[in-house]
Amino acid sequence: MSATKDQYDLAVIGAGPAGLAAATLAAQRGLSTVLLDEQEAPGGQIYRAITRTPLRNPGVLGPDYWHGAELTGPFRDSGADHLPGTTVWSVSRDLEIGLSRQGAARILPVKHVILATGALERPFPIPGWTLPGVMGAGAAQILLKASGLVAQGNVVLAGSGPLLWLLAWQYLRAGARIDAILDTTPRENWRAALPQLGAFLRSDYVGKGVRLLFEVRRKVKVYSGVSELKALGDGRVQMVSFRQGDGEEWRLPADTLLLHQGVIPNINLANAIGCAQTWDETQRCWTPQVDAWGATTVPGVAVAGDGAGIGGALAAEHRGRLAALDALLRLGRIDRVERDRSAAPHRDALERAQQGRDFLDTLYSPAKPFRVPPDDTIVCRCEEVTAGQVREAVALGCSGPNQTKSFLRCGMGPCQGRLCGPTVTEVIAEARGVSPAEVGYYRLRPPVKPITLAELASLPKSEADVAAVLGRH
Amino acid sequence: MFQRLPNAAAERVPFTIDGRPAEAQAGDSVAAALLANGVQTCRATPVSGAPRAPYCMMGVCFDCLVTIDGVGNRQGCQVRLEPGMRVETQDGKREIGL
Amino acid sequence: MSRPDAIVIGGGLHGCSTALHLARRGVRALVLEKDHVGRHASGVNAGGVRQLGRHVAEIPLSVAAMVLWHRIAELVGDDCGFESHGQIKVAENEAELAAGRDRVAQLNALGFTHEEVVDEAELRRLVPAIADHCVGAVVSRGDGAALPYRTTLAFKRRAESLGARFVEGAAVSRVARAGGGWRVETAAGEAHEAPVLVNCAGAWADRVAAQLGEPAPLEPMALMLMITARMPPFVKPVVGATGRTLSFKQFANGTVLIGGGMRGRAWRDENRTELDFASLSINARTVWDLFPIMRGATIVRAWAGIEGRMPDDIPVIGPSATELGAFHAFGFSAHGFQLGPIVGRILADLIIDGRTDLPIEPFRIQRFRQMAEA
Repeated sequence: MSATKDQYDLAVIGAGPAGLAAATLAAQRGLSTVLLDEQEAPGGQIYRAITRTPLRNPGVLGPDYWHGAELTGPFRDSGADHLPGTTVWSVSRDLEIGLSRQGAARILPVKHVILATGALERPFPIPGWTLPGVMGAGAAQILLKASGLVAQGNVVLAGSGPLLWLLAWQYLRAGARIDAILDTTPRENWRAALPQLGAFLRSDYVGKGVRLLFEVRRKVKVYSGVSELKALGDGRVQMVSFRQGDGEEWRLPADTLLLHQGVIPNINLANAIGCAQTWDETQRCWTPQVDAWGATTVPGVAVAGDGAGIGGALAAEHRGRLAALDALLRLGRIDRVERDRSAAPHRDALERAQQGRDFLDTLYSPAKPFRVPPDDTIVCRCEEVTAGQVREAVALGCSGPNQTKSFLRCGMGPCQGRLCGPTVTEVIAEARGVSPAEVGYYRLRPPVKPITLAELASLPKSEADVAAVLGRH
Repeated sequence: MFQRLPNAAAERVPFTIDGRPAEAQAGDSVAAALLANGVQTCRATPVSGAPRAPYCMMGVCFDCLVTIDGVGNRQGCQVRLEPGMRVETQDGKREIGL
Repeated sequence: MSRPDAIVIGGGLHGCSTALHLARRGVRALVLEKDHVGRHASGVNAGGVRQLGRHVAEIPLSVAAMVLWHRIAELVGDDCGFESHGQIKVAENEAELAAGRDRVAQLNALGFTHEEVVDEAELRRLVPAIADHCVGAVVSRGDGAALPYRTTLAFKRRAESLGARFVEGAAVSRVARAGGGWRVETAAGEAHEAPVLVNCAGAWADRVAAQLGEPAPLEPMALMLMITARMPPFVKPVVGATGRTLSFKQFANGTVLIGGGMRGRAWRDENRTELDFASLSINARTVWDLFPIMRGATIVRAWAGIEGRMPDDIPVIGPSATELGAFHAFGFSAHGFQLGPIVGRILADLIIDGRTDLPIEPFRIQRFRQMAEA
């Protein structure tokens, strides 16, 4: 399975649930399809290493993880080409994809693109979050799935959201030790989420969620209402400190601190293509503007799955299929009636999968001090810029993230704002007293991931390209 | 510090860390292999020299940058460990890209 | 603020500099910026502060601007990140070096001495990392580079502190005569009046000129730049090439900026640019050839700013040919940054004194009417 074609009808970018489902359906229905993915094996982050995890006991990761195998099998047989280990660094308006693979870059023309770039963990800026030993909870989960590695010594989990509890449950199943869970969910979120409780109670989340929470709480010390969380240590994390509400400061030894504050869409590629995006006030993140089929404001470019707004893994797979059906329509393979008819079961399934989501979004909405951190906290990990510096730049006349970026280099490092963007938007919004929507986000440009000068220099180009460039000189 | 679960063993893969022989297993990324070997820090930042280690393990944070087989600034979490790889931790801008 | 003395359209470096120089002489400007100050070419250009290789007509202005750059903190209260390590144009063969000698001889005959030819040994002393095949260079030692966004913002802040006013997000929709002066309407429905109008609207300036009945064949273009991850310090001057297009500079923080006039695509109505990776690839190839040390470098970002280019590659600077009380400064054709500090002074002189001591005849807007008629 390697790309031998010079062009494709459809490129799907990202091999998580949305991408696998989209590529499978599209290829089954006759589109020449290529699935481009940065990882070496399909599954995305949620089903990471699904085809090759070294964990022999399936009970550790749980049945929701193993559902991923139901996507990889059909994908393998679908006829779609799979290019693992491929970094997509550009998609032009003409739908030419710039990609790097095994140290070589090339441009691949396609007729339609589905971005299935998924989610990333919301930045969780606290003092000391750059210390070695502090990681995302998602990172720990990847180490568990792909390598069977678990943190040892004093392990503390902190933050809010379903994944934090899932990781704790998986760690306990694996026989790993957790010293404490520091739950930062604000108490007032419960009141705000109450109106959505009914829908949640009717959803599939409730049974498994409650069982899982109960099991974890029975075995691990949980501190609730946590504020003023800090990672402390010399050269690496050694201790965490925090308060519960307005109470006294607690200190716990920690060799590993695993942070989680929910997930947000990975929008960098969509943003760089020029897809319009909007601020989602509930999920407190930027989301590409899409229609019911995932189509963006850029012709020929759709987003499916969590990359178009967090909906979870099951919803992602249905959103992938809907985007693939719309691609079939746009490429003239089916008509509107056929698209809508084929979509009906996926729409129903999507609705079921999304039930109860509002409750979780509201309950796990991050507390303000973790979104808008105090002055001494680093917000831009790459360039080591603090929240205080961003506020000073606002005082000097920088009114948005692109200005603070030009002024402070905040967001200019290799991560291209992935770990600071939402924080910077919210810090500026608060400092100016306006909404995050008004403040805006980074204007991103390809390459959305770094490429080497060697790759760029060796990009195949025509004599006409060279002549046109030199002729201008 | 990370340890391998007892029932998660796979084929051993030899490689080197800053010239010292090390071992991890098939399926590990370079960053996972460093963590499995107790490496606490994979680089010092070029801005302040602060120590960093892998943070996201999914290719977004760029904190796991290391030099692999002489090529600097590679994302350790995105590169699959291969037998005989020479992995070097990075010290600020002194080594970057060279 | 009561009625301003002048309305400046465009919050790029030239607009901010004009507002500053007017304010220094007690004339209060209102600057209308459709996006935010320094949003386009002024904020995202390569930051070259260069006399080297300029069109002969621009040299007197460039030399005068250089004097201001070397004392930039006195003018704007910020050093603008300006560093003077010279600019160098490398010759890759004897023919290119000979062309450089001819150029320097021509400048010397005109009385300009800022450019000089250096041999291979001096080139290697100035740029130890240059590739072996390079045979010499033309050098302008007083040149340098600055941080463009910081510079533009510093001009704005100083102008503001002296009484100028800036309105961002104010796109000008209509310019019309009102009494003896001007009435400027914005898309937001606001209207401003002043006796004097200054057109510093960059890549959009032809539209303002058209409202004054003056043809200005401006072509919007997107100049591409890319930047590497931090590298060990290895080059101080800004380096260009003679036979191919390049602008190459390492910042104090170690990142290396690669540019040199490679063009992407520009849609000025959408504020949008698109990069052309085939062109950037050629640029990367040039760097590969000239700086072997760069062969392991990583490109972290690329971008393009929208700039206005005139057909003869020199700007429009001076009074309107059709209307009294209107002035232009635009179309800098990708080399306006260094001229910023002096262009504002020229406009202030023209507005207040009706004359300037610098030769701006080549930049008059009438040349395009003559071109059109010819």
